[in-house]
Amino acid sequence: MKPEAGRYEPYNYFQLMEVSLRELLVERGIVTEDAIAGAMAAMRARGPERGAAMVARAWTDPAYKARLLENGSRAAEELGFEVPGLRLIVVENTPQAHNVIVCTLCSCYPRMLLGLPPEWYKSKPYRSRVVREPRKVLAEFGLRLPAKLPIRVHDSNADMRYMVLPMRPAGTGGWDEARLAALVTRDCLIGVAVPKIPKARKS
Amino acid sequence: MEKMGTVPLYRVGDRVRVRKAAPLGHIRTPFYIRGHAGVVERICGAFPNPEELAQQRDGLPAQPLYRVRFKQKDVWPAYRGSAADVLELEIFQHWIEP
Repeated sequence: MKPEAGRYEPYNYFQLMEVSLRELLVERGIVTEDAIAGAMAAMRARGPERGAAMVARAWTDPAYKARLLENGSRAAEELGFEVPGLRLIVVENTPQAHNVIVCTLCSCYPRMLLGLPPEWYKSKPYRSRVVREPRKVLAEFGLRLPAKLPIRVHDSNADMRYMVLPMRPAGTGGWDEARLAALVTRDCLIGVAVPKIPKARKS
Repeated sequence: MEKMGTVPLYRVGDRVRVRKAAPLGHIRTPFYIRGHAGVVERICGAFPNPEELAQQRDGLPAQPLYRVRFKQKDVWPAYRGSAADVLELEIFQHWIEP
């Protein structure tokens, strides 16, 4: 990350290492500055739309939902989303269980489907607290769950990546996939929120 | 499936305990779960050992990786919440106590 214009901040150890490595790779002709800038722009431009599309398909097609829960990566590819190397596990919210995702060791996240993780997902308070007081953390996100509803916290601590399949909100009968997908936010796919019909749209 | 070097020793539903150890290096088993027991929820396949990969070695034979479900009340004695609340983590076979 470049410091803002006019503000001088010395590189830290890892930034210096990144710059040194990048300049060496460019100097040796292994990559170009343009290719790096392009890859970064593509990464930043990606949002949770792919994950939301998968959820909307699952809400409207029970056979797809079964395949999504069976093998998340293959289900992503089925919709034309390339996810090389991704081992995706999709966990389903039901009236019997709510799911929430964290990576306590770093910031593992299905970036190919959800874009870059939010800053709070990478923060130590979220990572250390959601595994031991999930109900309280979710309430701080504005998600107050019934005391009896079991919560499953998934620590993305090794090779798999996770996405939550939220419950389809009541009152969305007959909606098409695009309209449904618009309800599925990034936070719903992490499990710190649930999809809601915007108030203005309520009939 | 990755090259299966090591045969899975545990099955879905088996009760397993995570080793309580503190070796140095790049360990993907969080401290908070070491020493705790849970139940195998699924087998994820086999993956090169990350502790070996971090040392520039090939990590083979691949280690079976399990999803293990732990009860929150077992992990945190002072846990306040539903007795049905659980934590699920990925545990490599070599981190499960024999």
